[in-house]
Amino acid sequence: MYAQALDQKDRAPSVVEDAEQLARFEARCAAEEKIEAKDWMPEAYRRTLIRQISQHAHSEIIGMQPEGNWITRAPSLKRKAVLLSKVQDEAGHGHYLYSAAETLGVSREELNEQLLSGKAKYSSIFNYPTLTWADMGAIGWLVDGAAIMNQIPLCRCSYGPYARAMIRICKEESFHQRQGFEITHTLSKGTPAQKAMAQDALNRWWWPCLMMFGPPDGESQHSDQSTRWKIKRFSNDELRQKFVDAMVPQAEFMGLMIPDRDLKLDEASGHYTFGTIDWSEFKRVLSGDGPCNRQRLKARNEAHEAGAWVREAALAHAEKRRLRKAATMMMAAE
Amino acid sequence: MTEQAMPLYEVFIRPKAGLSHKHVGSLHAPDDTMALQMARDVYTRRGEGVSIWVVPSKLIAASDPADKDMLFEPTVSKVYRHPTFYDVPDEVGHM
Repeated sequence: MYAQALDQKDRAPSVVEDAEQLARFEARCAAEEKIEAKDWMPEAYRRTLIRQISQHAHSEIIGMQPEGNWITRAPSLKRKAVLLSKVQDEAGHGHYLYSAAETLGVSREELNEQLLSGKAKYSSIFNYPTLTWADMGAIGWLVDGAAIMNQIPLCRCSYGPYARAMIRICKEESFHQRQGFEITHTLSKGTPAQKAMAQDALNRWWWPCLMMFGPPDGESQHSDQSTRWKIKRFSNDELRQKFVDAMVPQAEFMGLMIPDRDLKLDEASGHYTFGTIDWSEFKRVLSGDGPCNRQRLKARNEAHEAGAWVREAALAHAEKRRLRKAATMMMAAE
Repeated sequence: MTEQAMPLYEVFIRPKAGLSHKHVGSLHAPDDTMALQMARDVYTRRGEGVSIWVVPSKLIAASDPADKDMLFEPTVSKVYRHPTFYDVPDEVGHM
């Protein structure tokens, strides 16, 4: 998902870093040493990571909605249990990532506020609707497949807490992709109507998935610095190519057609060449005008507000117990 | 934001009997009981553990990374603290 975060302009004023500390930091990155929370780091590194990790976390949290939409309508108890587990994993992934972001000195409340107010971005992919059950297959197989391409290199990110969170996430993400493939595969072997449903989902999700890798390399901001600091290991276009190369044979295996007339195997390089991505759609969705942007943020805000009394009650209860315990101890001491 | 911040906890999990608890991450919770419940949901969804510790993060005292050399460098040169420093003739066999 999540390379998208790296491609935004850094608007904060640039800080002049101590040259000696910066040189030492860059040497550590070059030597593949892990940077930990309390270590010295340039302000731009800290800001870039806070932005990237929190956008990744927001994506996981918002990402529960398109699939949560189908939990009550899953076609069998097995599918329902699987989908529930997957959505629960996404909540977990959001938590690991928020925790990693917090080690950089930003509070959970600030991060929450940025998401709820619409100030922070999340992956463009979650602003598309999930119209049929086949979309649960397409999300697992394609969306999580694309996410894994992005996330595996992040397991080696120079920032220790992020890299460790990504290792956990990648292990669990593999289940997500396989269950999605299985749903799509099952539909593709089903009745003509079921197969058509799988094809329709592929038609709708393919291009948005290619956009998940972010703008083409020529237009991408920041990549040099992020590469030097070992935050980003592969360019957007490299990852997108890997994704296409991996997915085309899987679609062929299931007898499904990738919705791209220009797609063909380039025998010389062994890579698939593919058609032009509609970047105006990407920009529209990312800037808030996708099919579901308003719905997603509204649902998130409603859930947060509806849970406010629970958080308040839990804190009040904890405080009451703390005071009662203190009073008992005081009496025992007297 | 007028809401009160939730306290931060560090989570430690014993992966299986016989192994020690290991730090796995952190979470926010109003009290110890809920911290334990949330640690179970967030960090043990696939049988990762048989026991959980949660500790309020503010109670942990940590060494300063800037002191790393001062604290740990002196032991690097003390190779005689390792068994491989000592020669045992082959005839003696395994020791």
